[in-house]
Amino acid sequence: MSAPASPPLPPARTGAPFRASAGVRAAGVLLALYTLYALSQLDFSWQRFSEGLGHGARLIGKMFPPDLDKWDILGKGIVESLQIAVLATALGIALSLPVGFLGARNLMPAWVTWIARFIVAVCRSLHPVIVAIIFVKAVGFGALAGVLALTVASIGFIGKLFSEAIEEISPKQVEAVRATGASFMNMIAFGVLPQVFSRFIGFATYQLDSNLRNSTMVGIVGAGGIGGALFSAFQRFDYGFVFTILATIVAIIVLAEIGTNALKKALDV
Amino acid sequence: MSATPTTGALEIRDLVKAYKPGQPVLKGISLEIAGTGLTSVIGPSGTGKSTLLRCINRLIDPTAGSIWLQHDGERVDMSALRGAALRAQRRHIGMVFQEYNLVERLTVMENLLTGRLGYVGAWAAWRRRFPQADIDRAYELLDTVGLGAFANQRADALSGGQRQRVGIARALMQQPRVLLADEPTSSLDPKTSVEIMTLLREQGRARGIPVVVNIHDVDLARRFSDRIIGMSGGHVVYDGDGAGLDEAMLKTIYGGEDWLQ
Repeated sequence: MSAPASPPLPPARTGAPFRASAGVRAAGVLLALYTLYALSQLDFSWQRFSEGLGHGARLIGKMFPPDLDKWDILGKGIVESLQIAVLATALGIALSLPVGFLGARNLMPAWVTWIARFIVAVCRSLHPVIVAIIFVKAVGFGALAGVLALTVASIGFIGKLFSEAIEEISPKQVEAVRATGASFMNMIAFGVLPQVFSRFIGFATYQLDSNLRNSTMVGIVGAGGIGGALFSAFQRFDYGFVFTILATIVAIIVLAEIGTNALKKALDV
Repeated sequence: MSATPTTGALEIRDLVKAYKPGQPVLKGISLEIAGTGLTSVIGPSGTGKSTLLRCINRLIDPTAGSIWLQHDGERVDMSALRGAALRAQRRHIGMVFQEYNLVERLTVMENLLTGRLGYVGAWAAWRRRFPQADIDRAYELLDTVGLGAFANQRADALSGGQRQRVGIARALMQQPRVLLADEPTSSLDPKTSVEIMTLLREQGRARGIPVVVNIHDVDLARRFSDRIIGMSGGHVVYDGDGAGLDEAMLKTIYGGEDWLQ
């Protein structure tokens, strides 16, 4: 090959290499304008905020000294909340496993995934407290309504993330398992589950954490747990007891965080 | 233990595969592969070597043609099988992959036992209950491929060469009548490549089964093959031994000539 006498110069390159497009900039301006509009609509003024700080301080002042006499109410409510959380998580995991599998588009025919995804979408669309109200109407006051409400929430959360985790697995590993003549169920056991197991543990522990928090709240609408005691303490202006309940909830959530981290470490995920 | 595997044979007739209608990748392949020996398939990228191999065990469905698999006095057309019958025949075809395709989060032993999944029911497989004979054979094979000490290591802790040995051991766990290998050395260094090809040839001979290897390295193909098949443009353009594979032939297979200098 003969080299050309003078290689042609590359075309001049001008302008910044990474420019936000007109659309992105317009969206940013619109977002800022809407934020200002919403602020003006909601009577969100500095005066109200600074007054509110004073109210808040007085409220916290009333919480002291904390009320440490109602151990029986506290203990009963907390134990019920924990039971609601654990039961709902266990039920939710058991039900979201099949739903999650059926929703994975790389394993199932399209019509099956649509049904599974519809179930997940319904479970996700309503807040657990709203679902709890519905179940209180359906099965009456008490922990059963709370367990059912949080089970629904768990299916919505784990089912969706589990489907997505399965859709992200490496098809090469599955291909190799198929090539051995494995049946569909055996392919799931050796080709799919090992790839998603650690993420599934992560979802489950997160959901347990989430259910612990929510189980303290469904009681407000009469679905069992410490929430009921908390709500009535508020209504009786019994702020000392409110503080005791809140501190106990925080302690439980922190302990659960430590516990789930230890579990993940033990399972090497 | 079951009886020693008998040799298998493949007879591919007018195999056509078109991923998009009217644009076939394989344009009527006819081949007979029988008896002990290592057959290499060479050809440029995109000419359908992997497609050919995957049509044989039906990881890919062929568009037309037939693939007769003969073993143990049976003769079946792989292209006509479905469902359980297809899975039952797949058990007799071992496959080794370019990127090993081990289940990364399982141990070496579990990966080997994967080769028996075609013979184990779901209830037993989910509980990891495999027949003792399978476990014994897995340990034996691990020693054969030089990984006896690695049974309980996770597959993602191994090097490339070690992984491919596990991949071969997994395929051999099936006691295959035919062994397929899709570019088994393309992700490996030259020394490990030679070791892997040696292992494939030795195991094929020891078991008296045909081994079909897709390979990019022509020198490696010449060195290890009893027979070389050259593919180009979806056709078989060469079928013979390494000696007949001269420069003119390589030009026909790969096109161009600059790379041969």
